[in-house]
Amino acid sequence: MVEVFLNGKFLGESDDGDKLVENFLEERRKGKVDSSISISFNKESNQIFLESSQGRTLRPLIVVKNGKSLLSEKHIEQLEKNEIQFSDLVSQGVIEYVDASEEENTLVAFYSEDLTGKHTHLEILPLAMVGLCTSLVPFGNFNQSTRLNAGSKNQKQALGMYALNYLVRMDMDVNLLHTPQKPLVNTIMHEYSDYDKHPSGQNVVVAVLSYDGYNMEDAIIVNKGSIERGFARSTYYRPIISEELRYSGGLVDTINIPDKDVKGYKSEIDYRFLEEDGIIHPEAAVAEGDVIIGKTSPPRFLSSLDEYNITTSSRRETSISLKHGERGVVDFIMITENEEGNKLVQVRVRDQRIPEIGDKFTSRHGQKGVMGLIVPSADMPCSASGVVPDLLFNPHGIPSRMTIAHLIELIGGKVGSLGGRYVDGTAFNSETEVDIRKELLSYGFREDGSEVFYNGITGEKFTARIMVGNMYYLKLKHMVANKMHARARGPIQLLTRQPTEGRAKEGGLRLGEMEKDTFVAHGTSMLLKERFDSDRVAVPVCMKSGLVGYYDARKNKMMSPIYGEDSEMAYVELSYAFKLLLDELKSLGLCPRLKLEDKY
Amino acid sequence: MELDIKEYEGKLPPKMIEEIKGHLPAKTKKSDVKKIMERICEEYKSSQVEPGESVGIISAESIGEPSTQMTLNTFHFAGVQEMNVTLGLPRIIEIMDARKEIKTPMMQIYLKEPYCKGKDIKDLAQRIKENKVRDFIKEIIVELTDNKIDIKIDLQKLKSSETKDVVLVKTLAKSLKGYNVKIEKDILTIKSKAKSENPSDVYKLKEKIKNIYISGIKGVYQVLPVKRGEEFIIVTAGSNLKEIMKLDFVDKVRTLSNDLHEINAVLGIEAARASIINETYKVIENQGLNIDIRHIMLVADTMCFSGAVKGITRYGVVQQKSSILARASFETPIKHFIEASLIGEVDELNSVIENVMLNQPIPTGTGMPELYMKASK
Repeated sequence: MVEVFLNGKFLGESDDGDKLVENFLEERRKGKVDSSISISFNKESNQIFLESSQGRTLRPLIVVKNGKSLLSEKHIEQLEKNEIQFSDLVSQGVIEYVDASEEENTLVAFYSEDLTGKHTHLEILPLAMVGLCTSLVPFGNFNQSTRLNAGSKNQKQALGMYALNYLVRMDMDVNLLHTPQKPLVNTIMHEYSDYDKHPSGQNVVVAVLSYDGYNMEDAIIVNKGSIERGFARSTYYRPIISEELRYSGGLVDTINIPDKDVKGYKSEIDYRFLEEDGIIHPEAAVAEGDVIIGKTSPPRFLSSLDEYNITTSSRRETSISLKHGERGVVDFIMITENEEGNKLVQVRVRDQRIPEIGDKFTSRHGQKGVMGLIVPSADMPCSASGVVPDLLFNPHGIPSRMTIAHLIELIGGKVGSLGGRYVDGTAFNSETEVDIRKELLSYGFREDGSEVFYNGITGEKFTARIMVGNMYYLKLKHMVANKMHARARGPIQLLTRQPTEGRAKEGGLRLGEMEKDTFVAHGTSMLLKERFDSDRVAVPVCMKSGLVGYYDARKNKMMSPIYGEDSEMAYVELSYAFKLLLDELKSLGLCPRLKLEDKY
Repeated sequence: MELDIKEYEGKLPPKMIEEIKGHLPAKTKKSDVKKIMERICEEYKSSQVEPGESVGIISAESIGEPSTQMTLNTFHFAGVQEMNVTLGLPRIIEIMDARKEIKTPMMQIYLKEPYCKGKDIKDLAQRIKENKVRDFIKEIIVELTDNKIDIKIDLQKLKSSETKDVVLVKTLAKSLKGYNVKIEKDILTIKSKAKSENPSDVYKLKEKIKNIYISGIKGVYQVLPVKRGEEFIIVTAGSNLKEIMKLDFVDKVRTLSNDLHEINAVLGIEAARASIINETYKVIENQGLNIDIRHIMLVADTMCFSGAVKGITRYGVVQQKSSILARASFETPIKHFIEASLIGEVDELNSVIENVMLNQPIPTGTGMPELYMKASK
């Protein structure tokens, strides 16, 4: 007896499991059962699982019967003439969708030549085993699978031509690569996905060698000349949005240049770019603090006092200005209205990003790294023929990661650039390494891609030959300009008087609990105190009651909360956070008293 | 020479003096002995921890950092040969918290001659094992009509554990008052003396019978004779050190348990301290980590110096702290503050955490010394 389950629920029993599966598959191929329902037979536990639930990944395979593929020449002919579609093949039962558990019961042939009687399915194309991004990795079948994963993940973060209508778009946080190129070594997926319409990298000359330790830990070294010629240059776009909101009582925001009597008025200099309508003009070079859209809002609360006070305006300043560390040029301004009919102003600011030390780059094989040094063209190592590489890649990145495809692409790219052609690197169906090497040899180079190299600084010849070639490199969206942050002094939080948190708020870098422990372990007591001085205060403490008092400026005296003037008071230096703790204890109904005594 | 060295007793640990005696040639000159001993004293002094060194934090960091790399697994040894033992981080936490109920209590029972050579080892193991009625049952038949429970006894099992059926009947009759217990061949019959009985009570009775203790040592629910090196020992799951120690064939000196509280109760606090060190070190070694044993010794000392085993929890070691702020900063601050305020406690701010909270220099390292000056007249 075989137990049958539908979506994990017991359905019933069957006498002949094999027959059931066979019949089911037949019916599904006929189209009587939906093609998305999968069946799998676990012979060990003698159970059949039917699955129709959401979220399973299905994969199309060509059905094989008696060692023969059901996809005939005729089908292909019809497909080419556009007489039938892919979906027709599915409904004819030539191609079926298989999920992960059903795959356990199949034997899939890679190529039609491999077919035997035992095979149940045939791959449409071996490349179809992997997804779109992964099939963009050239020679992917030579890589370790984890690297393939990393490689395809990295490609999603690459800068390029993300949309051809970018000029009229108001996307948040986008980057555009200035001179993107089509890869020299590509796969058929590049063709099918119109990669040349939205490329995302550049072909560069890569030499595999270390350089004074500046490419340790996966860092890369870039030729300054290449950067000056536009390598990896990009533009960063960010829209700044403001709208005129409506409040209860007929009050509205107004976008204009704020009057000087508005609450929170900045300084005239900050508003200098604004035109009469309160919006900045295009092509204004702005830096942090500059107002982009001037705006005023009605007062937050209508207190009784303000109602009689007609002389001064009670409106608030709510202009939008560039945040800390931002800069750019106003690119495009759009004035429109939103769904509720409020005036909506969008200003797009652009900022040119020339690659700098700390920007992240990657090849298509998960070999990512940050730029460690920019070397003047004259100091770069060069080949005997005078070729100066654009980029130096550290050979230590290869052995442990085993990205063989990285090396093959290097040689493939070299062949492509010498032969003036594109090299096919489709995984499982690429040009063979042997052919590529032979071709390289025919161009008068060593077949392993290595060349005699000279030290760019001393002019000496390197003892080892250096591997050089062309590779497709991608600039990733993680750029230091968006990330770097440090502070000595700056804003503090209202409640705790401790520094704010995060780069956006110009915050401090926290010395946490565990970091504190290291100071204690080292016995550096005073250093630890100094680190935690960020919220230091001197509070007046009543020596009679032990409670924290206050300073009365009118009387120029310290006051005890209980005894008033009739107590001896002393200033005690402690962290404001502790003063808060005392207050909190008071709210618990406890009375924490500080017993003061002379330190000496 | 003996006399020359004797002077240094008290300055150096006795064990070290013994070692020096063993290494010094007999005819060493008196002046040389003095030179050597002075040098050793100097060296000894310089290897001691300096005052103001934060040994606690250093120990905590030295144990805490490698612990993050431990696998959070209990290992399952395949097959019957070994038993499941809690290892890794869960076991470390168990030890440091001084849990009363540990996940896998275990004993390693060493045996005296000639048993340690393998004599009667299986029988001895069977004698130690706790036997309940359920261990001998083949089948239970509940007859609700006459409020009767028939139990089919596995006579072979009964025989191998050296329990006589008469004993079985007696113990059952003793713990089941108000019932008649009879045995006929392999059928044990239990019948209520009362005329009518609630059917659900009969089922309750059935469950009760299953768990009635018959023979062996309570708590030892699994035994396994194992060959360790040259000799045989008995490894048990479940621990009852007190009763095991009473057995005459057990080597009381070497027999081990992994239950800290039991060791403390049976052998005293020093043994408990030693077993904290051993058990912790065993886990660390097993994980392939390397922690200096002195860090673990410090932890064991703090757990045991009060005379009872106290875990590093808010009920154990942390509760002993004199500072309110230090206690409050560990766990459940509000509870600690309220309790402290009820009895009007005073925090003298003598330790590290309090001073960090108040932003005062901490009394370790450079915060220890204070400088006093005579005011000029």
